[in-house]
Amino acid sequence: MTTANNIAVQMPQIPEHPERSETAYILRLADNALILGQRLSEMCGHAPEMELDMALTNISLDLIGQAKLLFEHVLTLEDLAPNADALALTRYEAQYTNLLLVAQPNVNFAHIVLRQYLFSTMQKYQYEALLGSTDKNLAAIAEKSLKEIAYHIRFAKTWVLRLGDGTDESKDRMDDALSCLWRYTGEMFARDDILAQATDSGLTTDFTKSYKNWQVEVEGLLVQAGDLQPPEVGQMLMGGTQGRHDEQLGNILSDLQFMQLKYPGLQW
Amino acid sequence: MTDNWHLFEVFIRSKNGLAHKHAGSVHAQDADTAILSARDLYTRRGEASSLCIIKSADIIASDPAEAGELFDPADDKIYRHPTFYTVPDGVKNM
Repeated sequence: MTTANNIAVQMPQIPEHPERSETAYILRLADNALILGQRLSEMCGHAPEMELDMALTNISLDLIGQAKLLFEHVLTLEDLAPNADALALTRYEAQYTNLLLVAQPNVNFAHIVLRQYLFSTMQKYQYEALLGSTDKNLAAIAEKSLKEIAYHIRFAKTWVLRLGDGTDESKDRMDDALSCLWRYTGEMFARDDILAQATDSGLTTDFTKSYKNWQVEVEGLLVQAGDLQPPEVGQMLMGGTQGRHDEQLGNILSDLQFMQLKYPGLQW
Repeated sequence: MTDNWHLFEVFIRSKNGLAHKHAGSVHAQDADTAILSARDLYTRRGEASSLCIIKSADIIASDPAEAGELFDPADDKIYRHPTFYTVPDGVKNM
């Protein structure tokens, strides 16, 4: 089937849900890395300074590299797609199970570094929980990624501090970023059946138990960063890991999927 | 680029035991961000085992315009090179 402008819209048949909870869990990790990597890649050539441009695209490449390893690993567990590209790039939106946070837009540099800080500090706990996994390959991927994550945290933390504790303007922007992004942080530590099953099977330990530690760590830094205060959030926004996304993911996918849909099986 | 961006010179040591070599410069606000920027710009392809950063303004260098008076006088003092000694027989390495 083709549309009027000749873009092939035929999607490969990828099962709606993985059968195994282990696969579903790893797919979440992969989707987080892929979507945040893609979001950051939009900054290529657009960061405030060349040095920051390189920094953001380096982080983007780290994340896409993590995603690649995870997608390839998923395919060794369950035959979901002919290859990692097809799995990463040709699912329907509701089949992506990334957090809402990672798809949030690059409003300005404050939003970018705060999003990175909130995510990477969580990702550290999440990947440390994989180090003793019964799945040795997954443990190895986590171990490799943790070095990258440590750097992402260092970079993002440095900038959250400087902007929060900088000028009135930079503090305002940081405040704005915090009031936009904080409501997505609850989802990072939400526990559901997939995580419970992955924990039972020994794939991961339950990193959501670190939620309190994470809050203490992050809120401590925010205080240092010009006494930033997280907003009162009545209800944390959730749904990404269940495939219920806001309008942001669609924007990302329209870029991300274009080439694979137009030229199925395309390789660089 | 506003006043709070400074220029730093970046020196890279490719492996332990070698000296740091000048690689280039970066813009940054302070020591922390200078190390991060240098890492992101100059060590992407596994070039470094350590980095050394110096604020460009803190480097004291000779003025190229004074190169004549500083260095030219050494050109014709060939007797300062230890090439006038004869090496005794039997000495293999000097």
